[in-house]
Amino acid sequence: MSTVIKAKINKMLDKAEDPSETLEYSYAKQMELLQNVKKGVADVVTAKKRLQLQQQKLEQQVVKLDTQARQALAAGREDLARTALERKQFAQTELQSLDQQVSELEAQQQQLIDKEQKLRGKLEQFRTKKEVIKAQYSAAEAQVKISEAATGVGEEMADVGLAMQRAVDKTEGMRARANAMEELEAAGAFDDNLTLTAGQDDIDRQLAQLTSSSVVDDDLEKLKRELGQGSPASAPALEEGTPSEQPQEGQR
Amino acid sequence: MIVRIATEDQYRVPDDDAARLNELDNAAVAAVQAGDEARFHQLFEEMIALVRRHGHKLENDDLEGSDVIIPPPDLSFDEARHEFTGDGLIPD
Repeated sequence: MSTVIKAKINKMLDKAEDPSETLEYSYAKQMELLQNVKKGVADVVTAKKRLQLQQQKLEQQVVKLDTQARQALAAGREDLARTALERKQFAQTELQSLDQQVSELEAQQQQLIDKEQKLRGKLEQFRTKKEVIKAQYSAAEAQVKISEAATGVGEEMADVGLAMQRAVDKTEGMRARANAMEELEAAGAFDDNLTLTAGQDDIDRQLAQLTSSSVVDDDLEKLKRELGQGSPASAPALEEGTPSEQPQEGQR
Repeated sequence: MIVRIATEDQYRVPDDDAARLNELDNAAVAAVQAGDEARFHQLFEEMIALVRRHGHKLENDDLEGSDVIIPPPDLSFDEARHEFTGDGLIPD
């Protein structure tokens, strides 16, 4: 076997450093590793909760923007309605990406839990087997046999370590993205007050506009139809803030 | 032979598959060296698929060491490059 694979074997086993000794004389290290796995799972759960909170916020945002678009249109302000729908579109895109991140985290969490169980199973098996081997073989033979068994456990320990490291790295990456989104939000990209930022046409927004404009056009048309547009005079005033029970088809 | 898919499971794979696995592995390394990301992913996925298809998962309390360890299935091209330049996923 060539490089990919062979280098890994050596590294994993080096990392496990004489596992028979480790396992024979010190459970502390195993317990430490199991603790680390638990902590890894907890980190993933925390990151997931945070993303879920963000999901909720964005979902509220979508509803709010939709309501605002209706109100704006009813008041004859198509420009504002369009801006609101653009933002709604943006929030929905973000939501999709969050959905994906949350399910990735869920998969990681499950993977770590599985790995922890597997390691526990191996450790238990090792303890039992060690006693059996000691009872049945000469000291020299027992040493060899125990070493063989310990290799499997050591490898599993190293692998759990690797799985945990990767999960933590990915979680960090998502946390960074979540932070970036919060900053964006704080900077007013999702500002509630439409009129405040309605004039801010930066390149990013114009680019986003290019891709989302057809969706927005459709949304706008739909709203107009719903409101029986053409008679803006009969529409409710903006201040009324009618909590909409808008249809959700094609949305989240 | 026993094959571990790193971060996942160990499998007992028929020895007959060793040659094919080795071929795929060599080709994957060559693809990385040639900077061909798409080809690398294709070969690497094939390698993992082969193990899953032909292999039987080892029980959780099975204590065997692996003959072969395949890197994590979500290995990125960048990581693969590191791997082959000796840096490795697992720090020394």
